[in-house]
Amino acid sequence: MMPDYEIVVVGASAGGMHALKEILSNLDRDFAFPVVVVQHLAPDSENYLVQYLDEYSSLSVKEASEKQRILPYHVYLAPPNYHLLIEEDKTFSLTVSEKVNFSRPSIDVLFETAVLAYQNRIIGLLLTGASQDGAKGMQMLHATKGLTIVQDPDNAFVPVMPKAAIELVPVDYKLTLEEIAPFLNTLSRARTRRKKQKR
Amino acid sequence: MINYQNVRNENINIEIKLLLEAIYLKYGHDFRNYSPAHLKRRILHRLMLSDIKSISEMQYKVLHDPEFMREILTDFSINVTEMFRDPLFYKTMRREVLPVLKTYPYIKIWHAGCSTGEEVYSMAILLEEEGLLDKSLIYATDYNETVLKVAKKAEYTNENLKAYQKNYEKSGGRRKLADYYTEKNAMIKFDPRFRKRIVFSEHNLVTDKAFAEVHMIICRNVLIYFNRELQNRVIKLFHDSLMKGGVLGVGSKESVDFSRYGKAFEYINKNQKIYIKKYSHDE
Ligand SMILES: C[S@@+](CC[C@H](N)C(=O)[O-])C[C@H]1O[C@@H](n2cnc3c(N)ncnc32)[C@H](O)[C@@H]1O
Repeated sequence: MMPDYEIVVVGASAGGMHALKEILSNLDRDFAFPVVVVQHLAPDSENYLVQYLDEYSSLSVKEASEKQRILPYHVYLAPPNYHLLIEEDKTFSLTVSEKVNFSRPSIDVLFETAVLAYQNRIIGLLLTGASQDGAKGMQMLHATKGLTIVQDPDNAFVPVMPKAAIELVPVDYKLTLEEIAPFLNTLSRARTRRKKQKR
Repeated sequence: MINYQNVRNENINIEIKLLLEAIYLKYGHDFRNYSPAHLKRRILHRLMLSDIKSISEMQYKVLHDPEFMREILTDFSINVTEMFRDPLFYKTMRREVLPVLKTYPYIKIWHAGCSTGEEVYSMAILLEEEGLLDKSLIYATDYNETVLKVAKKAEYTNENLKAYQKNYEKSGGRRKLADYYTEKNAMIKFDPRFRKRIVFSEHNLVTDKAFAEVHMIICRNVLIYFNRELQNRVIKLFHDSLMKGGVLGVGSKESVDFSRYGKAFEYINKNQKIYIKKYSHDE
């Protein structure tokens, strides 16, 4: 049986801005899961990406802030130069600890703490990038039976990152950019239906 | 790799609680109100790197082996820092804050959670460039003696110099960072005139008392590791240590707005998270 997913975690690097725009602008207005994103950025970049994505998405796109409660209908982006962690009480923490995979924020750190907080009730999505970041995170997600999705390397702007994950784990889905949002919407609608039935 | 199936086990959280309690009872280091995700990640990584089999075993080892405790302390405390981190913070200091401090006959500054000191020497350079170093005294504190040792030496590897020079320029620096240090064997050492204006000492924000009245407190990227209760405590500590009209600078993702003492402060610069303690306020 499909677990009751509760959250979508996303990792993106080079080429991510376009990929994220494509996905976020096509998610349902009532998309049932919170979406938490690590996009690799220059450490001193103003978080212009938040505004940009917010304009294209019908969900509310915000920079994640410490102690903030994680809510559906929201997209949270890690601030530049901080790792983003998820607490077991479903709030965010930030740290400035060492870079992981040459990155801060690191996708692995987000995914690892997401697994500790949500166990198997996670949908993990790894997009285009020239980094190895996120592969270990996908491995953990897979080990705890979360759902693992990568952007099809043949379809990615830079294939290195999704490829690294595929080499490490048998991911559940390889999707083209155009297929991702519709697929996530299906999962979201399934959840909404199940919730209604329970009531 | 950590077996994350086991990590789901509720026992892990109980074991972590007990470990933190043991550390507190034995050494007085109080991590019980730190953000759990960070601690858990660190503990699991330490477990993975060592031949220790469980967190309970770790607890035994911590109690009986002070050297191991030092390692744990290093794991828990994140000491990553840099010179002129967030250059705009320093630019704002230059433009909006130091001109105010200039009016005092002498200036006392407290850097809390100063780590290895890069931030403190950055401030000292700023003070010198604004002509304030000679009448300033900086108290720089951290609860980790290991990082304080580094800070006291004023010596750093030269590997990050390029980034530091860039930060310095962005902060409004008009000279070269190289004017302030000597370089030898891939190490740089800051001029002793800075060190003379700085007093480094151990101070734990969780368990130690307020400081004497200071004109400015800088505490950046420390509050993010604390839960709300502890943040409140520490902000009260800052409130009690600052003179009226004194300045508080926190990290770019931190704030005191949520706190019970938030009303006692107002922004000098909201983007850079620089506050002033109000002259009067209703409790
Ligand atoms: C990430 S560093 C920040 C360094 C510097 N302020 C900066 O922003 O670049 C955090 C520092 O806080 C110190 N720290 C953590 N808990 C503390 C406590 N309870 N009392 C004093 N210092 C503490 C750590 O030892 C570490 O050096």
